[in-house]
Amino acid sequence: MSDTALSIGKPARRPLRLIPIVEVVLFVLLIAAPLFISDYLTVIVTRMIILTMLAISFDLCWGYSGIMTFGQALYFGMAGYVVALLANKVGFLQLWGVIPIGMLVGLVVSFLVGWFLLLGKRRPQIIFVALGTLTASYAAERLVAGWGWVGAGNGMSIFDFLMIGDYELEPGKAFYYIAAAILVIVYLASRYLVRSQFGLVLAGMRQNEDRLAFFGYRIQVFKALVFSFAGMIAGLSGALYTYHEGFVGPGSMGIALSTYAVLYGLFGGTGTLLGPVIGVVAIESIGFVLSDQEIVKSFWPIILGVILLVVVAYKPTGLMGFMVSQRERIGTFGVATAKRAIGPKAG
Amino acid sequence: MALLEVRGVGKTFSALRALDGVDVSVRANTFHGLIGPNGSGKSTLLKAIAGEHFADQGTIHFDGQDITAMPPFERAGLGLNLKFQITAVLPELSSYDNLLLSAQAGQSVWTLVRSRSKGALHDEIMDSLERFGLMDRANDLASELSHGQQQWLEIAMSLMRKPLLLLLDEPTGGMSPEERRATGDLLLPIKRQCALVIVEHDLDFIKDICDHLTVLDQGRVLDDGTVAEIEASTKVQEVYTTRV
Repeated sequence: MSDTALSIGKPARRPLRLIPIVEVVLFVLLIAAPLFISDYLTVIVTRMIILTMLAISFDLCWGYSGIMTFGQALYFGMAGYVVALLANKVGFLQLWGVIPIGMLVGLVVSFLVGWFLLLGKRRPQIIFVALGTLTASYAAERLVAGWGWVGAGNGMSIFDFLMIGDYELEPGKAFYYIAAAILVIVYLASRYLVRSQFGLVLAGMRQNEDRLAFFGYRIQVFKALVFSFAGMIAGLSGALYTYHEGFVGPGSMGIALSTYAVLYGLFGGTGTLLGPVIGVVAIESIGFVLSDQEIVKSFWPIILGVILLVVVAYKPTGLMGFMVSQRERIGTFGVATAKRAIGPKAG
Repeated sequence: MALLEVRGVGKTFSALRALDGVDVSVRANTFHGLIGPNGSGKSTLLKAIAGEHFADQGTIHFDGQDITAMPPFERAGLGLNLKFQITAVLPELSSYDNLLLSAQAGQSVWTLVRSRSKGALHDEIMDSLERFGLMDRANDLASELSHGQQQWLEIAMSLMRKPLLLLLDEPTGGMSPEERRATGDLLLPIKRQCALVIVEHDLDFIKDICDHLTVLDQGRVLDDGTVAEIEASTKVQEVYTTRV
């Protein structure tokens, strides 16, 4: 065989890739769902859409960057309180302002937490970050629960709807499509990030942080950036959720919701952006169905807990692990394409 | 002036004095071997130079700068790179992506987010794959490569950022004789590009490629000189005949 007849590298092995197919199917369902479901269910699904952004924020931290955060609700709830205060004290209700404000609150608070936990002189242990974020979330929950100006344990209700100009955005189809559009933007932005050369650093970091430091990467800076970006998404989610529910309370920034964010990610499968989507839909749907069954009404959370435990314990890659290979989960960032002869080996 | 100046470096782990007042000088574009019996402190010295451990005493200067207390990523930025003793390629990335990851280190976050440098680095990566005989495994996961190929990939990764000094910890560990010979052939042309400090147990291999040797024993420099000088050293012969 002549040199020129040899392929330089085998073309990247590309078996059927399921992730793009599932993405398209879910996108179509996202667009079409309100046409086929009741208004009541539309509100339920809207809640899922908003919580999916919270779950994605966890996945960016743990699934993509190896930061075990048990405090994503902190940014979610903090943004919720800020937009609720703006609504109730100042009368500001406009979507164009509420969304950026929620993002900014999430970004700033997560940056401060990340600065403290991640940017120290020594690289923090996973358990230090997990406990640090958990403590921050718990402390914030206790703080607002005892603070009368923000409603203390009763939380704060918002009595007005989110506005687009003069249009009132009530929970329903219009709110659904706004939330869906924001989710698509968040998903695509996150996808762009994790598939970029920056994402390659994250993929390397998950496998061997030490090696990357010896290449010259300042790992903790990359972690702090992802942590802050994820916090921004959690803040956006929290602002939207507060208007959708018309309420924000201590539980919105506490450890229960933070733990739910973890479970959404782990159940659906971390390290893929689809995992959190599937995790939220699965957990919320199972909970919704079980809570309505007379026979299990009083103990359905136990059943849900057992299901979560079984999947997380026996399938660490979550539900996505049943569908996609490890290789597809991580993906490729570059492909050898030049037409040259096979290398000279040595000598 | 030497590229690397190690002066009086000491390192203690609990009660073990792993390095004790070690002096080593490495000139640019030379191959410098660190040899010695097991436990003599070779790998510890290499890690102290790379920044995986920090020296308890003494100083390390690289290219005129004091790097004694510098974290590894800063040392890498100055042109100092380490290939680990245990192969540390990224197993779940392709060979190509391993090289891309190494090549793009040091670029700004914004450049990486926008994937601006991938195209510009492509030819360089392909050249490296060709040079290290990995072209036909370019799109395979690093974990699917043979041990020898993983070692070559890691050396290739270490060279992607064009370091001034490459530290190799047992680059032929676990290789067949053929692979060792091939590794030597791969390393020789690097002398035009950078200096090497090599820790290696295979004395024939190290004698073939190194200009200068430092022999360590129990954390101290036993002898230092050219290959011929070390071969003639009675102190070294004594250690190797009695302890190795």
